[in-house]
Amino acid sequence: MIARALGLPRFRFNGALGATIVTLLLLIAVFGPWFAPYDPLKLGLQFRLQGPSTAHLLGADEFGRDVLSRLIYGARTSVWIAFSTTLFAVVLGVVVGILAGFIRGWTDRLLMMVNDALLAFPGLLLALGFMAVFGASRNGIIVALGLAYMPIVVRVVRGTVMSLREREFVEASRVMGNSEIVTMARHILPNCVAPVTVLATTMFGWIILSESALSFLGLGVPPPAPSWGNMLSTARPYISQAPHLIILPGLCISITLLGVNMLGDAIRDWLDPKMQG
Amino acid sequence: MVRFILTRVASAIPTLLIVSITIFVLMRMIPGDPATLMLGDLAQPGQVEALRRQMGLDQPIVVQYLIWLGNVVTGDFGQSIATHQAVLPLILDRFSVSAIIVLLAVLLASLIAVPAGMFAAWRQDRAGDIAVIAASTLFLSIPSFWLGLMLLMVFGLWLGWLPIVGYVPFSKDFTSALIYIIMPVVTLVLVESGSIARMARASTIEVARLDYITHARAKGLSEPAVMWRHAFKNAFAPTWTLIGLILGSLLANIAVIETVFTIPGLGRLMVDGIYARDYPVVQGCMLFVAFIYVVVNLVVDLVYPLLDPRVTA
Amino acid sequence: MVQGTVSPVLSVENLSVGIGPDGNKVVKDLTFSIAAGDMLALVGESGSGKTMAARAVLGLLPPPLTVTPESRIHFQETDLTRLPPAAMRKIRGARIGMVFQEPMVSLNPSMTIGDQMAEGLLLHRRLGKAEIRDRCTAMLERIRIQDPAKCLAAYPHEFSGGMRQRIMLASVMLLKPDLLIADEPTTALDTLVQRDVLDLMVELTQENGTSVLLISHDLGMVSHYVRNVVVMHKGVAVEQGRSTEVLLAPQHDYTRRLVDALPRRAAGGTRSEEKREPLIELKDVVIDYPGRERLFGRSPGKRAVHGVDLAIARGETLALVGASGSGKTTLGRAIVGLVEPSGGTIAFRGRKLIHGRDEQGANQRHDIQIIFQDPYSSLDPRQRIEDVVAEPLKLDRSLDRRQRMERVREVFDEVGLPAELARRLPHQLSGGQRQRVAIARAIVRRPAFVVADEPVSALDMTVQKQILKLIRDLQERHGFACLFVSHDLGAVEQVADRVAVMEDGRIVEIGSRDDVFDRPQHEYTKKLLDAAMLLDRSFAGSGAEAKVAAR
Repeated sequence: MIARALGLPRFRFNGALGATIVTLLLLIAVFGPWFAPYDPLKLGLQFRLQGPSTAHLLGADEFGRDVLSRLIYGARTSVWIAFSTTLFAVVLGVVVGILAGFIRGWTDRLLMMVNDALLAFPGLLLALGFMAVFGASRNGIIVALGLAYMPIVVRVVRGTVMSLREREFVEASRVMGNSEIVTMARHILPNCVAPVTVLATTMFGWIILSESALSFLGLGVPPPAPSWGNMLSTARPYISQAPHLIILPGLCISITLLGVNMLGDAIRDWLDPKMQG
Repeated sequence: MVRFILTRVASAIPTLLIVSITIFVLMRMIPGDPATLMLGDLAQPGQVEALRRQMGLDQPIVVQYLIWLGNVVTGDFGQSIATHQAVLPLILDRFSVSAIIVLLAVLLASLIAVPAGMFAAWRQDRAGDIAVIAASTLFLSIPSFWLGLMLLMVFGLWLGWLPIVGYVPFSKDFTSALIYIIMPVVTLVLVESGSIARMARASTIEVARLDYITHARAKGLSEPAVMWRHAFKNAFAPTWTLIGLILGSLLANIAVIETVFTIPGLGRLMVDGIYARDYPVVQGCMLFVAFIYVVVNLVVDLVYPLLDPRVTA
Repeated sequence: MVQGTVSPVLSVENLSVGIGPDGNKVVKDLTFSIAAGDMLALVGESGSGKTMAARAVLGLLPPPLTVTPESRIHFQETDLTRLPPAAMRKIRGARIGMVFQEPMVSLNPSMTIGDQMAEGLLLHRRLGKAEIRDRCTAMLERIRIQDPAKCLAAYPHEFSGGMRQRIMLASVMLLKPDLLIADEPTTALDTLVQRDVLDLMVELTQENGTSVLLISHDLGMVSHYVRNVVVMHKGVAVEQGRSTEVLLAPQHDYTRRLVDALPRRAAGGTRSEEKREPLIELKDVVIDYPGRERLFGRSPGKRAVHGVDLAIARGETLALVGASGSGKTTLGRAIVGLVEPSGGTIAFRGRKLIHGRDEQGANQRHDIQIIFQDPYSSLDPRQRIEDVVAEPLKLDRSLDRRQRMERVREVFDEVGLPAELARRLPHQLSGGQRQRVAIARAIVRRPAFVVADEPVSALDMTVQKQILKLIRDLQERHGFACLFVSHDLGAVEQVADRVAVMEDGRIVEIGSRDDVFDRPQHEYTKKLLDAAMLLDRSFAGSGAEAKVAAR
């Protein structure tokens, strides 16, 4: 309705708002430290649990640390982790997916058996398992979540490759004399870019959510380093005294996810007609 | 049809096997002697030796796996280091708590979201549709634990309508039990409705474009009849698959809700187990949840032909 | 316009369909009428507005299209444009029935045939379940279904396209409507099956005195069954009248083009008879389809081609015709190396071909090319047109970049592609243009042999003619041999020197074009020719009456 009022087609509105939010997030993540008023780890016990004030624009937490600064650094952490994990999952997933979809036969069956087994673990379970083994750490999260999300990329890539293999333009490439490798590199790979991009955008959002959930459980980014998830976790005992500690980090996560989802929708809508070819 | 059922069931078995191998391998990756890990730091040397022999730690790894698998299949998941209770009964007990919340939440979410999604598709691009999409996108962007905390804050602390902590099993007191699970269930319902509604809407739009819908109208059927008799079954199929996935993934994600509302469920058991390095418990939970997930997806697959008869062909 | 003494069953006046009152109109000011018991066809190519006009009658236009206020659609005594929805629903199905084009998607895949057939009856008549079942069964027997009871309990995907179309006809006619609207009912079907379905439609409608509004792009087919025709082009009715008159003496320019595009035998059918050594020789070729993969092993495969012998000489065009499933496409694909034969040999220039390489291992791929059927999937959606055509040249080491681009420009010219299309992407081109690109790609390395796999089936009639002429011209110029695979005898008639007929994986007849078309020997060939409803043979409107009379 807002879009109608502004006279914009809906997906452009989604895309614009989503892109704005995501850009803001990335800017904060990259340049935040220059603007953060305080060191996120600096204690200030005289300000314990204070609400928003002139000294601390968004208040202070249970150790007197500045909430605004911690939120900024938290953004940095989340973006860094989400980005690395997405990259990890996508690169690994594309390689495996192409091998499985293109070579087929026993290679495919074997890879898919392992892939299906990894997919047999719901959402966080595999990540939790990894964290149990490796202990909570930033790199641990990246590997754990990366391995947890990789199978989805494999599925999508393999599916795309298999449907593309049978398309006539791929057959034309073979008939004209191109080797299998050239056919794959020149015709199949570029046509995988669109579905993988859509998936990557969506995954970025899922990973931010998963990382904050893990941090909330205490199995993610270890305190005192700030992550929106662990900020929520440590604030729980103070829920009645300092509600801002509960409201703010969660708000950050929600707005980020909203932006990523809207952007993802817009990208999907935009790429869709092109994908039909 | 029978062949379809048998093939599906049969193909679940290798999956379960590989799942068990993965968990076995994962647990063995933890540095330290497996037997000591299983018994904890306070174990007596004699106990450790006995367990080492029992686990077959001097044997090749494959044999160790088989021994372990054998135990698992007969229901022996080991003992919790912390409480010395047998793990499986403990898991089952906690599972009953989580399961009620999850099932209730998914049921309610589906009952609300599926009609909402279909309604939105029917009224595509008009006010009703936009409202549904906006609400869905909003809700699926909110982390469940934060929503839970906010509800807790508003309804528990500020308004005092609902209890903040704890859980009462249904077997003890039905009404109290209901009151205690309202907030966790509502949280999950809100969060999951978003994705279910969007899927229902998308598949209904897909289906409504097809000729047999126009054909149904050409027979003279009224719009509601067309939507219900012809669109629904076909549109519901992909949503049904999604519901299965959600059910499964909630089994893992329930941990955060249980943490927020202090509910003694399976998720909490696993997380506590990880903190406490109670590896038998962690291993047992992983096995159990993965098993349930495979079974749930199997059931979803088996129901699918009822919605789309082309599948058994 | 045909004026009957009885008031017409359908009278459409000034029908315009568009988006909003001032928006683009897909149908402009259409006026025609159908007398009771009569048949009328709306004929036109894609974009002519004929389908929208038909949908407008029943009020089934996809939003945002609407009927303009000046339009009038009179069905018997009622003006359908002024009817409230509830009243319209009473008419739909009961007094006006509609049959759709794609049998794949026009039946609900998750409902049994019985339920779908019964739906109309349950809605519009007060009948008990048993009575309904009886009527459905009787109707299924009427359309010659083997086991009606089993059919009622089955699902649509268990039947072939032709069967589904007959079932749909049957279930619509169960209600004995006064008007049947048939929207391209046979476009998606094989030639032989098309004949079947149309005959059935004529039978059922004549029995019940139902008038028919037929929508089609196939002027040839229409001329056989329908007495009155309205030719549409870009939303406007450019000509109407008795089919005989319109076809023999078209007044309007567009109609003339359309009639012109109808298959007509090219002058000078066969090339010279001199014995030439074969370029491509197939001996006893056997091709099997692998079975479907099951959990343990595979289910048994199917034999697509049973021991075929074939020879194609330099520069000649051999047409391979047959229904779908006859193995003709598979054979074509085997020659270019997309499918491996399970037995027999394929020789090129006297040397055996295996996977595109001859016995000495030299790659023959550059000399054997293929043009695919579907212009929408034979081009890589991400490749620019000039790259598509240039790609095969990359494999020719003797050409440098400048020479490659030179050749591409040459070929663009030869196939009639304007140079400014070079940097465009496939989705920006029309179907006809895309097919020209596919042809350009196939001939850019000047191959000696080209397989054309149903190259024009997916195109509009006027475009078909252009492309067929193009292929013929290119052949004159470059002298390549061609295996023309098609189910469309009309197209074959225009390009072939020799014709081979395939049925169930075997060649049942082979000979020069004139011989096969004028003096068919084999039963199957005769059936195919009969069903093809070629214009040079029996004609206009008389076909339908003859059918009924014969019964």
